[in-house]
Amino acid sequence: MTKTITLAQGNGGEENNELIKKVFYKAFKNEILERSEDAAVIGNLAMSTDSFTVSPLFFAGADIGKLAVCGTCNDLAMMGAQPKYLTCSVIIEEGFEVESLERIVESMRSELAINGAVVVSGDTKVVPKGSVDKIFINTTGLGEIVQAGISSNNVSEEDVILINRDIGCHGATIFAAREGMEMSSTLKSDCNSLYPQVKALMDAGVRITAMRDATRGGVAAVLNEWARQSNVCIEVEEAKIPVSDEVKGICEMLGFEATALANEGTFVLAIQKDYAIQALEILKGFEVCAMASVVGEVTQKYPQKVILKSPWGTSRFLETPNGELLPRIC
Amino acid sequence: MNSLELKDLYDGFRDARTIKAYAKMIAKEAQKLPRPINIMEVCGGHTHTIMKYGILQLLPSNIHFVHGPGCPVCIMPKERIDHAYVLSMQESVILVTLGDMIKVPGSNGSLQDARSKGADVRFVYSPLDCLKIAQENPDKKVIFFAIGFETTTPMTAALLDTVIKQDVKNIFLHVNHVTVPEPMRALISDEACIIDAFLGPSHVSVISGSKIYEEFPRDWGKPIVVSGFEPVDVMQSISMIVKQFIEGRCEMEVEYKRAVTREGNLKAQALNDKYFHKVDFRWRGLGDIPQSGLGLRDEYDRYNAEKIYDAILPKEEIDDHKLCICGDILKGKASPPQCSIFGTACKPTTPVGSCMVSSEGACSAYYKYGNLV
Repeated sequence: MTKTITLAQGNGGEENNELIKKVFYKAFKNEILERSEDAAVIGNLAMSTDSFTVSPLFFAGADIGKLAVCGTCNDLAMMGAQPKYLTCSVIIEEGFEVESLERIVESMRSELAINGAVVVSGDTKVVPKGSVDKIFINTTGLGEIVQAGISSNNVSEEDVILINRDIGCHGATIFAAREGMEMSSTLKSDCNSLYPQVKALMDAGVRITAMRDATRGGVAAVLNEWARQSNVCIEVEEAKIPVSDEVKGICEMLGFEATALANEGTFVLAIQKDYAIQALEILKGFEVCAMASVVGEVTQKYPQKVILKSPWGTSRFLETPNGELLPRIC
Repeated sequence: MNSLELKDLYDGFRDARTIKAYAKMIAKEAQKLPRPINIMEVCGGHTHTIMKYGILQLLPSNIHFVHGPGCPVCIMPKERIDHAYVLSMQESVILVTLGDMIKVPGSNGSLQDARSKGADVRFVYSPLDCLKIAQENPDKKVIFFAIGFETTTPMTAALLDTVIKQDVKNIFLHVNHVTVPEPMRALISDEACIIDAFLGPSHVSVISGSKIYEEFPRDWGKPIVVSGFEPVDVMQSISMIVKQFIEGRCEMEVEYKRAVTREGNLKAQALNDKYFHKVDFRWRGLGDIPQSGLGLRDEYDRYNAEKIYDAILPKEEIDDHKLCICGDILKGKASPPQCSIFGTACKPTTPVGSCMVSSEGACSAYYKYGNLV
């Protein structure tokens, strides 16, 4: 590991995992933490925390407030839990406009309502100009587990792999906004609360083995985490991974892989084969999930690896993304 | 009429049926080859296409690929990466470069490391973005660390052209541009070289024309096909090379007819000639190759960061680790998995040799995509 922290260590990929393992897991080591789930499971409660530092604060499709609620609530939903209680801590830079703060908090309020959750505790710090970039938000959430036993450690050959919608929209939107690129007006972040989709699946009795929202590190990171944690091989048909034309376009121009781009309302599911068609129908009932798709299967071909298969019969490993998100150059 | 969309430019060139049809045709034709052939794809972009789309899995056993030196980040010698690092650490300097260059480790670390120690390092998509950075930071010196082959050189020339015309006082250039034909010549001059034919990068020819490759069939007896970067382009180009061998021809052919002419982009060439002249360049993995680089002409010394900062820039040549076999990989004598440190000590996150540093390097492409071949 490097002597000083680099941006690559916050990428949700390989370097990030190394940092967490060598510094935090080493110090905090315990059974619950080491299960490496989206949220910790304590009895029938799920608990998760997340900090948000997005730039720009307001972007197509959402803002840092909506993101701060969705991020934590989605982690709870991924454990089959209904989000109930959140904390909200903000660190604000001196000089930040109150009007912007109010806009952010209003988006938090409306997103909490969608989840049926409330903020029950909070903290506010203001720091001198330059100490943070405008505003950082941390939320911690508690949820009540509705369907127990969902775990990234249990994916097996009995399961198929689904994705709920087209991938990469958040990463592509933020990148385009940050670089000041004039892009297609239809591209916007997928930032969205996932509990309604998860609830619909659970209400219908779909047996869910694992769920994970594909945030930093994208779908590629989730699939690799599952392959490793469950000691299986995940074989994915590249052509079945849903990607919108707008995201494909950005990837083409900048040399990104859509599977490595961050999402904020996209999740990967491992569900028992018999429930695949039903689950797909339920998901497609949600407007944003029109492109939901069964993308692959679980085998023992190369345990702990993810294989991407092309429509012309070739295959390759899909690795956990590494490095900073940088474009190729020529 | 509907406007042209980006996907219109590649959709047909990734068509599964077309790719399969070419695979079948190549397999059939290749049976007539008198002996196995080794094709070098010169450009890292082609290496990327070949590995990402699994092209090697579609080829018969008597067609081999040798992955060439055409990745501007990979061929950058360590001492020049150190130049970038040293410059970035100077007081009131903003160091600007292109993409992957930020990740490559020099002897003190990468530009990413420099940034985490407080240096102002930025990457841009177009060198012309330096103008905006310079304008927003009038009290800083903006140094553009220019890298790339013939494809990116005109953009650097355009930057300097604008800097001079607008009399911008705070932009300087550290130039590391290189050209394609010289390393190709250097490789085939080596007696141990096993290359039988070349796949030439089409984007280079969009600028320099296909004429730059005419010497290879004529003077060296090596067929070459100038190819596009989509999988259908590459498959078609391979079939064209196979045909040349079967029919006993040795020619320069263009597969990428949709944008390549014999003469190329004359305006871009004139701009290059105005600001740059041929210089010797030391290639990581290949060593010194005479006249293979492009340097700023002497009359532009006052924009030349390499001369302005001469006193503080390290001069000593730094060789790669002795276990690294990148030189042999580039010559086709070895393939990445044959290297003893491939995937262990040398990985994309901790590259030891040149071919692992950028996503377009052969080792990096093998590490990422190729372990199923």
